[in-house]
Amino acid sequence: MHWEYAPAPQAQDIVELRPSYGLFIDGEFSDPDDGTSLETVNPATEQVLARVAAAGPRDVDRAVTAARRAYQQTWGPMPGRERAKYLFRIARLVQERARELAVLETLDNGKPIRESRDMDVPLVAAHFFYYAGWADKLDYAGFGPSPRPLGVAGQIIPWNFPLLMAAWKLAPALAAGNTCVLKPAETTPLTALLLAEIIQQADVPPGVVNIVTGDGLTGEELVLHSGVDKIAFTGSTEVGKRIQRAVAGTSKHLTLELGGKGANIVFEDAPIDQAIEGIVNGIYFNQGHVCCAGSRLIVQESIADAVIERLKRRLQTLRLGDPLDKNTDIGAINSPGQLDKITELTASGESEGAERWSSPCALPDRGYWFPPTILTRVSQSHRVAREEIFGPVLSVLTFRTTQEAVSKANNTPYGLSAGVWTEKGSRILWMADQLRAGVVWGNTYNRFDPSSPFGGIRESGFGREGGRHGLEAYLDVR
Amino acid sequence: MSDERIGVRKTYKLAVGGQFLRSESGRTYVVPDSSGGFLANAALASRKDVRDAVVAARTAYRGWAGTTAYNRGQVLYRVAEMLEDRYLQFGEAVSAGEGSNEVKSRANVTMAIDRLVWYAGWADKMAQVAGSANPVASPYFNFSIPQPVGVVGVVAPQRSSLLGLISVLAPVIVTGNTAVVLASEERPLAAITLAEVLATSDLPAGVVNMLTGRITEVVPVLAAHRDVDALDLCGVPADLAAGIEETAAGSVKRVLRSRGAEPDWSEPPTPRRMLSFVEIKTVWHPIGV
Repeated sequence: MHWEYAPAPQAQDIVELRPSYGLFIDGEFSDPDDGTSLETVNPATEQVLARVAAAGPRDVDRAVTAARRAYQQTWGPMPGRERAKYLFRIARLVQERARELAVLETLDNGKPIRESRDMDVPLVAAHFFYYAGWADKLDYAGFGPSPRPLGVAGQIIPWNFPLLMAAWKLAPALAAGNTCVLKPAETTPLTALLLAEIIQQADVPPGVVNIVTGDGLTGEELVLHSGVDKIAFTGSTEVGKRIQRAVAGTSKHLTLELGGKGANIVFEDAPIDQAIEGIVNGIYFNQGHVCCAGSRLIVQESIADAVIERLKRRLQTLRLGDPLDKNTDIGAINSPGQLDKITELTASGESEGAERWSSPCALPDRGYWFPPTILTRVSQSHRVAREEIFGPVLSVLTFRTTQEAVSKANNTPYGLSAGVWTEKGSRILWMADQLRAGVVWGNTYNRFDPSSPFGGIRESGFGREGGRHGLEAYLDVR
Repeated sequence: MSDERIGVRKTYKLAVGGQFLRSESGRTYVVPDSSGGFLANAALASRKDVRDAVVAARTAYRGWAGTTAYNRGQVLYRVAEMLEDRYLQFGEAVSAGEGSNEVKSRANVTMAIDRLVWYAGWADKMAQVAGSANPVASPYFNFSIPQPVGVVGVVAPQRSSLLGLISVLAPVIVTGNTAVVLASEERPLAAITLAEVLATSDLPAGVVNMLTGRITEVVPVLAAHRDVDALDLCGVPADLAAGIEETAAGSVKRVLRSRGAEPDWSEPPTPRRMLSFVEIKTVWHPIGV
């Protein structure tokens, strides 16, 4: 018997959208001086949600100046135990307004409400809670006695986890005593602006957090501004390299969390039901818009056919559509630009000889959508095995020996994440040692926790976010 | 006829992959003594020599990084023992290059030996001090450990030819990295003599590759090389740093910047240099029956 799902929409009226949003500088919202504005669109409906300011050079300068003043006059001299209480307040306010944040995130980003509600927003609150506790314990963080903050941090974040990335940047920076100028992504600025309201409600002193929306040009202004002591960037490896070049020869500190081409390695003895769910979660979670996505399935040859069959069956049960529907598994692709990129790379996979299978799900008429897709017969040299697709597309490779699995997994300039599926605990640890990746998941994938350091090696960047190690990015320890 | 014996001079070569080689380019340059006179000819490393050194360092990397921390500590301590044995020889080498008197040079050498002993002891403590067990809110044993970043290009300090060199080299290799070192341009001889000690120590071939030559010629090649994971730009003059850092961004290298003036190497070291050449790996291991 086939059961249809009834629609289960999350009500939108919890969010009060304003027609336009200004920049959050020195504790208040203001119109840009020399900036322009841009529209932010709901990618599931193509409807304009709001107009948002795009900060110009003078606006960025105002924000950095406000941050500097707050660093010198309020936040810097403030005892850690007081800073901590502001961060605890933010964490609580995030919990209080959790549903509102989740709905707004889903509207602006296109991700399923199930994910924004159950994963993004709870992790945001947890992250502020975790780092709040560090603010008055920095002496014990392992970076020597009385470690100093760096000053003003310029933070540039991507569109895949807009609010969560804001939390990952702001919480450790503020706990360590820095002040911040945060630049949200062009296509997903709204939850950061709601967070600005929360920061107002928390009575955080003006200038401690400034949020300058805009596109890449705004980000560039921030990177080049001489009043910034630290740049923290999450985004593509290409832009990361540009930023590293831009800060060359300066005294600016830099941490980069860049792209990846994560290997999800499945051994023949793996708990197969769990592994199938793990593969799905690894690459189709958040429409594959995840830097650490398990975009390469490296499966032992003896079980490859069976795994692919079961995977296809499982993908046909995934529900793609209205991100606000509580039963939706796959939401919208964040922007037409990203959809083009996914389409182009997937087509290149086919033309290079890979075999494409896409879930036969119906795509809505409006909005940007891409069905969950598997590419088999992929070889190491194919672009889809080497380049980050950042979409719901899985490239499948096979292996016979453990050593072959390791070499294939490591055959990439990236080094962010990997997954290992096996019943053998000793093999998980051996593989974890061999894999060139900053994070290795054993019998799980895409799991995050504020206490667990996250970040890459090689061309996936440097520096860590989360845990005690995440503080190092915002302390003057070198 | 004079009784004075004519000394047997040493040919200073590059140390690459455990071998002592002339530059493939056949070039040398004059190393002056502290008063500007002729001291020796040193090999003038070419781009090809740099690339060969990187290959040697990469080849040695898997074995060295896979060595137990206890063993790495033993190997470094053994190097200190051998230096102690030859501290008069190194005292002379330092005097010849730096122009310091015998007493000062010997003090410099003993300090370098003590520095090496200090770093040797770190080998099996780094993971405990820099690592952590993380209390995640799910059924996983979650731990983070420092791992070597890989092949590190080290531009040795220009003034302190032995103490400075050991102060930048030891933190790189004790953490499991392998190194391609460019010795002080004007004072490279102590570095080559050190390489001769390393070659007869228990340090596997290729873990330390010692080049002599020009910063302007060698370092841009290291910075652009995709198989070099990190750079210590200690010995790079401030006016060259920006260009080299820009090149290093091409493969997202970790860069320990030059701070302009050379540090005072007699200051007690901290773990910071080691932490610059490790990256934290986090592992989620399932818990369940």
